[in-house]
Amino acid sequence: MTSRAMTLAGLFLLLLTPGTGGSQVPGTDGAGDHGGPHGLDGHGANATNKAFPVLSFDYKHVQMPFEISLWVLLASLMKLGFHLIPRLSSIVPESCLLIVVGLLVGGLIRVVGEDPPILGSQLFFLCLLPPIILDAGYFLPIRPFTENVGTILMFAVVGTLWNAFFVGGLLYGVCQLEGTHLGRVDLMACLLFGSIISAVDPVAVLAVFEEIHINELLHILVFGESLLNDAVTVVLYHLFEEFAAAGGVTIKDVFLGIVCFLVVALGGILVGAIYGVLAAFTSRFTSHTRVIEPLFVFLYSYMAYLSAEVFHLSGIMALIACGAVMRPYVEANISHKSHTTIKYFLKMWSSVSETLIFIFLGVSTVAGQHHWNWTFVICTVILCLVARVLGVVGLTFMINKFRIVKLTTKDQFIIAYGGLRGAIAFSLGYLLDKVHFPMRDMFLTAIITVIFFTVFVQGMTIRPLVDLLAVKKKQETKRSINEEIHTQFLDHLLTGIEDICGHYGHHHWKDKLNRFNKKYVKKCLIAGERSKEPQLIAFYHKMEMKQAIELVESGVTPAPPNIQPKKPTERALPQLSKSREEEIRKILRTNLQKTRQRLRSYNRHTLVADPYEDGWNDMFLKRRRVMELGKKISELNNYLTVPAPAPDSPTMARARLASDPQAWSIKPKSDSIPTIQVDLASPQSPDSVNMVDEFNKPSKPTEAEEEEGLMMKAPSSSADQKERKRDKEDGVEQQRLARCLSDPGPSAEDDEDEPFLP
Amino acid sequence: MGLPLVESALQWNSGILNANRDPKNDDVEFQITRLYSRFHSLDKGENGALSREDFQRIPELAINPLGDRIINAFFPEGEDQVNFRGFMRTLAHFRPVEDNEKSKGHDASEPLNSRNNKLLFAFRLYDLDRDDKISRDELLQVLRMMVGVNISDEQLGSIADRTIQEADTNGDMSISFSEFIKVLEKVDVEQKMSIRFLH
Repeated sequence: MTSRAMTLAGLFLLLLTPGTGGSQVPGTDGAGDHGGPHGLDGHGANATNKAFPVLSFDYKHVQMPFEISLWVLLASLMKLGFHLIPRLSSIVPESCLLIVVGLLVGGLIRVVGEDPPILGSQLFFLCLLPPIILDAGYFLPIRPFTENVGTILMFAVVGTLWNAFFVGGLLYGVCQLEGTHLGRVDLMACLLFGSIISAVDPVAVLAVFEEIHINELLHILVFGESLLNDAVTVVLYHLFEEFAAAGGVTIKDVFLGIVCFLVVALGGILVGAIYGVLAAFTSRFTSHTRVIEPLFVFLYSYMAYLSAEVFHLSGIMALIACGAVMRPYVEANISHKSHTTIKYFLKMWSSVSETLIFIFLGVSTVAGQHHWNWTFVICTVILCLVARVLGVVGLTFMINKFRIVKLTTKDQFIIAYGGLRGAIAFSLGYLLDKVHFPMRDMFLTAIITVIFFTVFVQGMTIRPLVDLLAVKKKQETKRSINEEIHTQFLDHLLTGIEDICGHYGHHHWKDKLNRFNKKYVKKCLIAGERSKEPQLIAFYHKMEMKQAIELVESGVTPAPPNIQPKKPTERALPQLSKSREEEIRKILRTNLQKTRQRLRSYNRHTLVADPYEDGWNDMFLKRRRVMELGKKISELNNYLTVPAPAPDSPTMARARLASDPQAWSIKPKSDSIPTIQVDLASPQSPDSVNMVDEFNKPSKPTEAEEEEGLMMKAPSSSADQKERKRDKEDGVEQQRLARCLSDPGPSAEDDEDEPFLP
Repeated sequence: MGLPLVESALQWNSGILNANRDPKNDDVEFQITRLYSRFHSLDKGENGALSREDFQRIPELAINPLGDRIINAFFPEGEDQVNFRGFMRTLAHFRPVEDNEKSKGHDASEPLNSRNNKLLFAFRLYDLDRDDKISRDELLQVLRMMVGVNISDEQLGSIADRTIQEADTNGDMSISFSEFIKVLEKVDVEQKMSIRFLH
């Protein structure tokens, strides 16, 4: 694996050397001047050589995108590499490995003689950080977050303040000691340093905690704290920067600082919420342009971040607020494919960002000018640890008086141990002005040391510690419909009891918010029928869909798919011998290939295939061919069905069903089978299919076959009573299959099961 | 009217509310007094007992889908009046579970706010006919109340069937109390079914 890194780094260097000398990563200072020869092509330098240059080398004009792409490629290949080595990724967290790679790459660049690039603050804050935060905010589990918001705020605000002052103050005391030669460092600088180093970093926390799968409560506490302390950090940073420049501080300034904090935090949230509502409102009208739906989500969120940064409000909180506010409404409006796209893109960007951040941290360590001062650094590390532990213990003592479910000592230990520092601290330190802060290099060295310590030591040991202490792990199972129903039931019950007691508690306000949401907000922001859909029904739909997807994915195995072993209505697949299975697959594959050819020509602007592009002649020919095939198949095994001619082309049906959740509507059905019937009538299709009616005919809908092709169904033309019943059930199964799409998306996580507003 | 009742409440409080711990007695006294004043303000007839109409006068309860059932839970079998003692007894189910109570072994009388008793209270709200089973119809009724009028019966029926299938382990097409407990084992009932100020 390391050899791969080396070859890649070597390649990268080879290409870099002719280009620039001493280039910074684009986005910080301007790219340096390019010295060096440019190979064969002389731009009009040799007037005597009249031969037309067949091959020329002009690196200059693609340099910046090229370098960026190379870095991203390096990061992605690193990620690939780590996961190919199973043992490594289970012992060492990814962040550590990436920093090591960064160190190596930086070292390589140094050895070659170039100046390695440093993680520029502008690049970091504007490009690398937002995707990670948006990913976190969009998929934030709202229910545990709101249930623990008091605790989280206490840790974020009071905890960070405590850390900053404790570390800053004690460091100042240390600096004043005689033997340390640090007398130049004044109080303001120390406090500023303390505020930079005290904030728990969301990137590092995410990177480490994601791998250890602790229970939801602890995860949301530490993670929520790391997100919300951004406001505190921003305010403290600017405050102390101002004070250090101005020289003195008065009571008025302190008061203004507090006001500033409120403005920054609430302003950030407000900005985020506004953009979130805008995004939700926009998504209401996107039913005709499904392709750009994900773009709105990303753009509005990024704009929220940037707008907050314009006013020096907390960009992170704006981003979180935007994601959390827009999510329930946007998800009700957009198509399933867009949802998958958003999920994939967010995960992809955040993953790449994270990787890049850690690699750059490693490179910057090699690149930066360091000023190592033993006392300062060691004291910083120790003080950070001590401050964290004291802060957590003290705060928990106070918080437990107000919590129903108390935090145990084990919990406190994990919270304290999970306070990792990361790249935000580094970037903030890098932003410091060298003029006002001559000891900036020393600060940076100390910051990097603390980061390394927390990421390496704490990051690597937290997993065995979690196992050792037997901390409760995350429960992997999905929410069942029972839990959903009973939880809602209990919500109503508790609201009622609170009303009887006259106590305006948690449930009371939640209930009021839900009512307000249902009455006014949902009507504005959700298009069409979905706005009236109760939460329970939406949850049930989602669950059914998921199960259908699972059924399709389990494919044709001779064993029946064992999703719900107790379910009496589910029918086991017929046992097929291997050879017959092969024949079936071959026959259907030839059919399927035709379908794919037809898909080629749909245009970019809509996902619905043009109904007239198929050509009616083709369809008649296909029908005839299919019927011949059908006769052949029915000879093989009378359990197989005739691939019935589709009344409309599979592409259209699939596109129509898949792209538009608004095409669903509930149709009452007078049958005892517990399913939801889907009315497929849609204005686009000249001949809409009513799948329910098809049960009366022995022929079966072929959508599902086209989809996966290999789910065989029982009925034959001779409608046996038992087979008829199975017929209906499979038809229902096929319906469900037809509704689901070939791409299951990223692995289903608990966040998908979150109801709109818990 | 007021004071003797409060004092008698305080005297037997140790039986129902398990408030034998000394430092907490002040808190308990405060809560009981508060609840008593609430009881008193609900009791428009001034006869020391609440009737169903008194409860129905609470506006938020009228829009609560489970309002009627909750009210019924306060009244013991066949009676139409609930006194302060009964009022407190029902509310005692919603006290948060203390850590030291959790670790207590099984003594003769499990406190009213134990997890089991909380779940039993909720179960009884489903199971109106007291046959210790939640049948499909009872489940349908609850679903209908929670979901509103827009959803068709068939769809609700399918949800109910699915729910029962998930929970049912002994195949009797209804949910017994033990199945109910099992289904909710992942839900943090101690937190969900507790009201903070009754601490």
